Amino acid sequence: MYVAVKGGETAIDNAHRLMAEERRGDPAVPELGLDQIMEQLGLAVDRVMTEGSIHDRELAALAIKQAQGDLVEAIFLLRAYRTTLPRFGGSEPIDTAAMAIRRRISAAFKDLPGGQVLGPTYDYTHRLLDFALAAGAEPEAAVRAGHPLAERMPRVADVLGQEGLIERNPPGNDEPPGDLTRQPLSLPAGRDLRLQNLARGDEGFLLALAYSSQRGYGNTHPFAGEIRLGAVAVEFVPEELGFPIEIGEITVTECQMVNQFKGSKEVPAQFTRGYGLSFGQSERKAMAMALVDRSLRAGELGEEAANPSQDEEFVLAHSDNVEASGFVQHLKLPHYVDFQSELELIRRLRAATPDRETAE
Amino acid sequence: MTGATGYNFAYLDEQTKRMIRRAILKAVAIPGYQVPFGSREMPLPYGWGTGGIQVTAAVIGPDDRLKVIDQGADDTTNAVSIRRFFARTAGVATTERTTEATVIQTRHRIPETPLVEGQILVYQVPIPEPLRWLEPRETETRKMHALADYGAMHVKLYEDIARFGRIATTYDYPVLVNGRYLMRPSPIPKFDNPKMHMNPALQLFGAGREKRIYAVPPYTAVKSLDFEDHPFEVQRWDQACAICGSADSFLDEVVTDDRGGRMYVCSDTDHCTSQQTRKEAAE
Amino acid sequence: MTTADTLLPGLPDPVIDSQRVFRVVLDAMARPGTLVDLPLSLKVPAPLDPATAAVALALADVDTRLWLDGAVGADAVRAYLRFHCGCPLTEGPAAADFAIVVDPQAMPPLAAFNAGSDEFPDSSTTVIVQVPTLDGGEPWTFTGPGIRDRVRLAVAGLPPAFRGWVAENHAGFPRGVDLIFTSGTRLAALPRSARLEG
Repeated sequence: MYVAVKGGETAIDNAHRLMAEERRGDPAVPELGLDQIMEQLGLAVDRVMTEGSIHDRELAALAIKQAQGDLVEAIFLLRAYRTTLPRFGGSEPIDTAAMAIRRRISAAFKDLPGGQVLGPTYDYTHRLLDFALAAGAEPEAAVRAGHPLAERMPRVADVLGQEGLIERNPPGNDEPPGDLTRQPLSLPAGRDLRLQNLARGDEGFLLALAYSSQRGYGNTHPFAGEIRLGAVAVEFVPEELGFPIEIGEITVTECQMVNQFKGSKEVPAQFTRGYGLSFGQSERKAMAMALVDRSLRAGELGEEAANPSQDEEFVLAHSDNVEASGFVQHLKLPHYVDFQSELELIRRLRAATPDRETAE
Repeated sequence: MTGATGYNFAYLDEQTKRMIRRAILKAVAIPGYQVPFGSREMPLPYGWGTGGIQVTAAVIGPDDRLKVIDQGADDTTNAVSIRRFFARTAGVATTERTTEATVIQTRHRIPETPLVEGQILVYQVPIPEPLRWLEPRETETRKMHALADYGAMHVKLYEDIARFGRIATTYDYPVLVNGRYLMRPSPIPKFDNPKMHMNPALQLFGAGREKRIYAVPPYTAVKSLDFEDHPFEVQRWDQACAICGSADSFLDEVVTDDRGGRMYVCSDTDHCTSQQTRKEAAE
Repeated sequence: MTTADTLLPGLPDPVIDSQRVFRVVLDAMARPGTLVDLPLSLKVPAPLDPATAAVALALADVDTRLWLDGAVGADAVRAYLRFHCGCPLTEGPAAADFAIVVDPQAMPPLAAFNAGSDEFPDSSTTVIVQVPTLDGGEPWTFTGPGIRDRVRLAVAGLPPAFRGWVAENHAGFPRGVDLIFTSGTRLAALPRSARLEG
């Protein structure tokens, strides 16, 4: 007698237990603490916070641990947690001109007020596996500069702006920025929603799109006007107070791409902007985001928009790795019924036309 | 009123539920039209029923009895997982009997047992847009719906006929609701399409990733697209269910060995069980 | 001024009662013209009826704009709705997501409310019309989705032009407003999909 396969709660429970065992690995090896992840896997934490849309290093570290280091899964965990949080309101815009700089570089000017600040970066490391690190060697102490950094470092885009060579920030409206996590995206999207989408978007997806725009699929003639990394104050205006109070400090990476623009009938030749911002130190993400942001402005600037990175609907609809991962992987769910329907059709079609392949 | 500590009844916060409820009411008022809604990130992955779960969470209350099926079965892993989610977060009673359920969440099937007035069938929808394979752009398909411009779909179906001698769509077969909106019934087999027509139950559709909710009110005309010379028809089997002997239910093909051995069993497990019970009682 | 101290309470159990109220409204909307009963009792500020207030409490919030007709505009009612729903009030019926009418005789035509667009017909106003009784007026017959054969609805206290507005509202489908008639602790809905037969 045939008995149908039962998925069953026991099977699911046991699958979860197996998973937890695998995650823990060999119990003889000390278990990872969240502090270790926060301190020693900081860039992973930064990415998970950025795409997970919560600035909380400890929660991100927990998500990374729980996801066994699978960052897309960790981002999903953080997002699902985020949904359950009450919303108190929106902060004031952060002021990156007032950032406490840790790193600041411009590829457009050799020197500029405040100077180039190399800061912590892998950029000029030789990518040689460091076996001393495997052996647990203590790092050499970095020598700090003898003088403090300039109090204020003007942003390169602002410097260009003084001469009128770069477009003013695209005119916004007085409406508060939209929020994709509360309202469904409606197209065409405003730049606020586009930037929010890109900030939450998958780093790999944005990287590939940005790269494609550099290879002729919609050139934006970009210069890395400035990339800056450092801490900024977050301010909030409580309804009952009516004035802003500082509620904390977060580290962000900001990228201002400066792009060539030949001008149009209405607008003289000038530089244009692409903007990227991410939590923590995520330069690849911020730069890719800035390139894609500028690419997506093709329509607005009267440029031909025929490439993937310029296609708002294509980019915004496919940038989210929580959505993408879920839908790609849902193919693991049973599709017996649909498959049965297709089986029946294929058999019927073949029966109707005694065809070439079966005749051999 | 909470099952899982720290979370609200049925997981979603009240503001989210209200937003979904408003979307559902508009969906009911405009049968077949896809209402955009602020779909939330759920603790289950997108593509795994988040739309259906959000609709169910907004609809369900302590007096309800919930049934969850996937591929017609109550005991497939995802159905088990979703049923548990609501048992945990809403403490709601669950059942496997179609006749006992007030709310039925489904993926890919409509139960064989006819639904009755007062029941709510919640479909999990992966891609809500019936025109999506013909036109990937939302901005375009929205215009097509606004103008009821569905010629492209008829052309596509007619091309099937020209090429294969029949319409080669076997599931997620497009329907016209109330003579106005073209609608994707979600990937149910076309075998189930006729059940949507003038059904006494309320049918709600939730697409979480795509952030759309739509509905078919009770007693609403749902017509599967066809042509005069090629009328709509459903799948039929030469076999009956090997377990209960049903000759009129949707059958899953089960591979029994690697020498071409096959058997056919009901995809609807509750229907199969009740047919067996009836058969045994009669013997 | 009304303070929170003198405000009447909202739904006794906001989570469960909102769900119950929503379900009867859903039932009403899914079966146009059918009378349904409010599943709870509620003390509400005059001139609101319990059903009117319950629908607003269950569905309106900070994300929806509410329009109130002149008769409902008492401070006590405004304070009550603002406190329990937190919804912004709007002066223009065309800007409203929800509208509450307690004096139908003086109400603007249905066309004054937001009918939505052909692309987004869901952005239309839901108009809650409080009437003296739901079954003592001139009977109108409707067909359409949610109606098995035909249904008779005899709402009393509507202005003479209302019948024409309803027909016109349906003719614009998929655009159009959706109506919820309330009286005491009962309600009935008339979505734009309902066709007036006679």
